[in-house]
Amino acid sequence: MAALLTPVASGGRAGAAPPPSGRPGRLARHWPFLLIVPALLVLLAVFVYPVAQTFVGAFTIPEPGTENFSWFFGSPANVAVLTRTFSTALWATLICLALAYPYAYLMTVASPKARAALLLIVMLPFWTSLMVRTFAWLVLLQDTGVVNDFLGLFGLGPFGLVRSRTGVLVGMVQILMPFMVLPLYSVMSGIDRRLLTAAQSLGARPIVALLRVFVPLSLPGVAAGSTMVFITSLGFYVTPALLGSPSEALISQFMYTQVSGMLKWGRGGAMAVVLFATTLLLMGLLGLAMRAGRRTRAAVR
Amino acid sequence: MSARLARAALWLTGVLVAAWLVAPTLVVIPLGFTDKVSLTFPPTGWSTRWYANFFGDPAWTAALANSLLVGVLVAAVATVLGTAAAFGLSRWTSRRGAAAARVLLLAPMIVPGIIVAIGVYAVFLKFQLAGSLAGFVAAHTVLALPFVVVSVSASLGTFDVRLETAAASLGAGRWATFRQVTLPLIMPGVVSGALFAFVTSFDEVVVSLFIQSPALVTLPVQMYSSVTRETDPTLAAAATMILALTTVLVTGGLALSARRNRAR
Repeated sequence: MAALLTPVASGGRAGAAPPPSGRPGRLARHWPFLLIVPALLVLLAVFVYPVAQTFVGAFTIPEPGTENFSWFFGSPANVAVLTRTFSTALWATLICLALAYPYAYLMTVASPKARAALLLIVMLPFWTSLMVRTFAWLVLLQDTGVVNDFLGLFGLGPFGLVRSRTGVLVGMVQILMPFMVLPLYSVMSGIDRRLLTAAQSLGARPIVALLRVFVPLSLPGVAAGSTMVFITSLGFYVTPALLGSPSEALISQFMYTQVSGMLKWGRGGAMAVVLFATTLLLMGLLGLAMRAGRRTRAAVR
Repeated sequence: MSARLARAALWLTGVLVAAWLVAPTLVVIPLGFTDKVSLTFPPTGWSTRWYANFFGDPAWTAALANSLLVGVLVAAVATVLGTAAAFGLSRWTSRRGAAAARVLLLAPMIVPGIIVAIGVYAVFLKFQLAGSLAGFVAAHTVLALPFVVVSVSASLGTFDVRLETAAASLGAGRWATFRQVTLPLIMPGVVSGALFAFVTSFDEVVVSLFIQSPALVTLPVQMYSSVTRETDPTLAAAATMILALTTVLVTGGLALSARRNRAR
């Protein structure tokens, strides 16, 4: 594309003239890069450098070594924070999947108008203020809130829904739904529904056709959505801090206390390294699984 | 019959999930108009005293003004940087370079916010940017950039490059071509990117919690510290206003994206 523009543009600009060899010059080929440079510089200064500093700090603050890591993995209380973070993320992923799967399936069979409405409903909360939604859950789930009043009608409760894992999960799953629904829907909408008809014409009951034909074909969406939800929930801060119990902190709350309250930069950095390494590992595994899945499907064909 | 039953069950699940996604957030609206001091739902009487309280309290009005100011600046900076970057990415003939740059530009979406927050806080303390307007704008710009890049890239994907060749063949320089041909055609993507950038900044909590100072508090930070201290319906009034503003902006942004898709 740049090559197409060069002859005309070079009329006015000597610098862009192609060298005699006939191959376009460096500037002519790479001028688009110059447009990316300002954004990259801001990213380097306010994102890459700070994050790298944090990771380096994990090994150098207060002095070089791995003492921050031995502090973190050496105390059962700290390891409990990590396992709690993982188990909360796992629960959030499972609940998300259970709710999002029928929802995404409904989107594939609904009329175009209903589908657009369902999509909008998933997307709008994605853009609704995190603070506002967390505050709303706080009001609904409090001991004298609507949910407990409703349960009280049946003689149940009141349950301690806020300051508990239930509260954290309710708030988290609602926020994470788009990350599960969108990949599921994009995979499901690509599944040839005639395969279901074919399975049924061969004698499979609809439920069997669904479980043995549709569900296996939708697994790439399940993998992508679950990974996205799991990774995102590992780094949640606001929802667990406001809806969860202070005695059951997740890793991001723990990082906040160590850094903001106690100025233990090295410890915060060490936890950042653990969190980031886990994230990268999971994304790598997802990439490998996707590639393997593609290869298998190609082989089947 | 059982097929119809299954379909009904599917729709019921879908409607329940949809209600659970949207309805809980809406409780804040009536709560902002309650005449009680407590956050009991549903309210039994109505008043606008919590809105009066919001606009009479300098802590809230200053936070609102700060959030609007930071949001507008972030939208401007992120849109200019992101549009230029997306345009560069779409024209860069080095595939490997473009792919690497794209990964870097989208990375702030994937790295957990708390990691960015800790890092930015440390660097800002070192350079005395914590609690400064420039600091807030810089930090939020980084988080908003991916949304602009994605939005503008989508517009550029449907843009017919031959139009630029045509403009160039008629003697227009690169800048004139961009200004008069490309930019007007990708405008929906640019505007929706700007709206998303504003909303990203306007809603941002985690990084802001770290880099705030008594001199500069944004609305979500003010809400956060207010929730942890005491809860009075002023919070619901603030939440309602945030909800109204972001809903208008995001609906606008999504409508622009939809128009872009229809044009395809």
